[in-house]
Amino acid sequence: MSHRSSRHLRVGALSRVEGEGALRVRVRDGRVEEVQLRIYEPPRFFEAFLRGRAHTEPPDITARVCGICPVAYQMSACQAIERACGVRVAAGVADLRRLLYCGEWIESHTLHIHLLHAPDFLGVPDAITLARRDRAVVERGLALKRAGNAVMELLGGRAIHPINVRLGGFYRLPDPADLRRLREQLRQALDDAVATAAWVATFDFPDVETDHELLALHEPGEYAVDRGVLRTSGGLEFPVEEFLDHVVERQVAHSTALQSTLDGRRHLTGPLARYALNAQWLRPAAAEAARAAGLDGPCRNPFRSIVVRAVEVVHAVEEALHVLDHYQPPAAPHVPVPARAAVGHGATEAPRGVLYHRYVLNDAGLLDSVDMVPPTAQNQLAIEDDLRRVVQDNLDLDDGELTKLCERAIRNHDPCISCSAHFLDLTVERA
Amino acid sequence: MAERSTPTLAVWKFTSCDGCQLTLLDCEEDLLALTGQVEIRHFLEASSRADPGPYDVSLVEGSITTAEQERLIRQVREWSRVLVTIGACATAGGVQALRNFADVEEFRSVVYATPSYVDTLATSTPIAAHVRVDYELRGCPIDRRQLVAVLSAFLAGREPDLPDDSVCTECKRRGNTCVMVADGTPCLGPVTHAGCGALCPTYRRGCYGCFGPVRAPNTRSLIRQLRVCGMGDAELDRVFHTFNAAAPGFASARGETDEPSQ
Repeated sequence: MSHRSSRHLRVGALSRVEGEGALRVRVRDGRVEEVQLRIYEPPRFFEAFLRGRAHTEPPDITARVCGICPVAYQMSACQAIERACGVRVAAGVADLRRLLYCGEWIESHTLHIHLLHAPDFLGVPDAITLARRDRAVVERGLALKRAGNAVMELLGGRAIHPINVRLGGFYRLPDPADLRRLREQLRQALDDAVATAAWVATFDFPDVETDHELLALHEPGEYAVDRGVLRTSGGLEFPVEEFLDHVVERQVAHSTALQSTLDGRRHLTGPLARYALNAQWLRPAAAEAARAAGLDGPCRNPFRSIVVRAVEVVHAVEEALHVLDHYQPPAAPHVPVPARAAVGHGATEAPRGVLYHRYVLNDAGLLDSVDMVPPTAQNQLAIEDDLRRVVQDNLDLDDGELTKLCERAIRNHDPCISCSAHFLDLTVERA
Repeated sequence: MAERSTPTLAVWKFTSCDGCQLTLLDCEEDLLALTGQVEIRHFLEASSRADPGPYDVSLVEGSITTAEQERLIRQVREWSRVLVTIGACATAGGVQALRNFADVEEFRSVVYATPSYVDTLATSTPIAAHVRVDYELRGCPIDRRQLVAVLSAFLAGREPDLPDDSVCTECKRRGNTCVMVADGTPCLGPVTHAGCGALCPTYRRGCYGCFGPVRAPNTRSLIRQLRVCGMGDAELDRVFHTFNAAAPGFASARGETDEPSQ
């Protein structure tokens, strides 16, 4: 019950998220009237300045959209442009790309779990404070994160904006001795990942049930990361080439942002969507971790996304080990990718959800147009809907507590505002 | 730096990808040790705690692209005893400074379907164009070892030792075979600021200049060599026109590509 008829909640600068966002909620007569996730991250115009660049450049340039998930950008870009040029990479290259992507999942998810999200459940402002209370758990998290970074550093050269990725493959193949050392580190990381999943499962989760349409890549036989078709919880399936026929960005009256819908409906992409649609293909330790954590069947509570992320880290470590156990070096680090006039589409599962790229190449090998649809842009409406639910169900809390809960509802989705902002519209209020 | 009370640190973000401040969180093995020695008072990406200044050290990521940021950076300068810019956006305007060479109105209409008010300046400018900067860490992104070295220097009360030679020098020191001489691979190493440890050549790739120009870069001479490696005018133009496009040493190199090749 509301103790006042009219309330305004504001968070001027969201913390423990990537990028800059703000939140505004208006309540009148015990009803949530308006919820806005405001993005004030300034635009950087990637889609504009990529025009006229060479078809070989997007893996390096689009990585700079996001320092947290550069590999996702590189992989969606490579996939789209290689498809446009009719090139398939060697199996060994595809394996190494999968391994690199696992590194990013491990690093990004572990960062979110330990440094950004867990503090919400433990009532501390940050992981530094948490470390004073339970140093071992933070050290375990940092060791796990380091394992993810080790994968990216070996294959990519560095963890942020890797330099070893190129169209057709890599500049240099990893040294077998380094791969063996990496395998040892990942063996240890597997234990840490399982322990982390058990740890987050003990948190208290607010009781919320959402009904977003879920969207994820889908490839029978595997927990899809870098290939497959798009599938929804409603049973719709479509190829990557039709992405923009279904996921449409539109401007909403009085809204500050372009928002994506899926066939006109609000949708959610990311860990909850992947788990709901693909859980049967988790690798064994991840499946066991999910069972042990009490995840049975699709999880519709966004506060429990931290558990799903932890399960996905277990999976990513197992997947990385699987790649290492079966890897056969390709004949060459890369195959040539000669340009041709064509359109190419790519979609991969960034840690936060489906990241779609589309490139139009001309016959001079230059880019005529570029489209990128990042996961957080897609998730905006779902996040706002979560906020509406959370506020409506908790009007008895005082403003301070309710505001904290709202911030948590946003962090549940690990929004990557740095990414989304470059594609979202920004309105500046002027008095 | 002589006082014994715990030094305070703040981390700021302007227009950027978050990657450079993430580098601080990527100092995994040093992170907890560091937090035992400095008090992090403002770091929105990592903490909901946001304490007011003054701060002993501010790390500043990102470039200035809005009027509000122009105001905030002056505040940050006032609050900070030492201000360190981190990364190509903060030191040179970043990849988003490509707008400086284009029509930002046209850019806006390409990215945003519905004409509306997008708050942005026509240029993306480095922090030093607005306030005094004490030290700068180059790179897109910065190098983790350099960040740790700078913070350690502060804690020890000494000047940070930041090399200002070229990637080429680092590459030689590392004992790499030159990719340009041996493979004919175009490489910006001779004109690019050190700090990455010659990462790209170590991966048999030419340096693409993400640490920006070294002081007094001899781009004219390098461009001749890049042409020998097969680069044409358009490629030469693009290679200097990326993550440090607005850095003077690279921006002027573009003019030098116009001269007719021999």
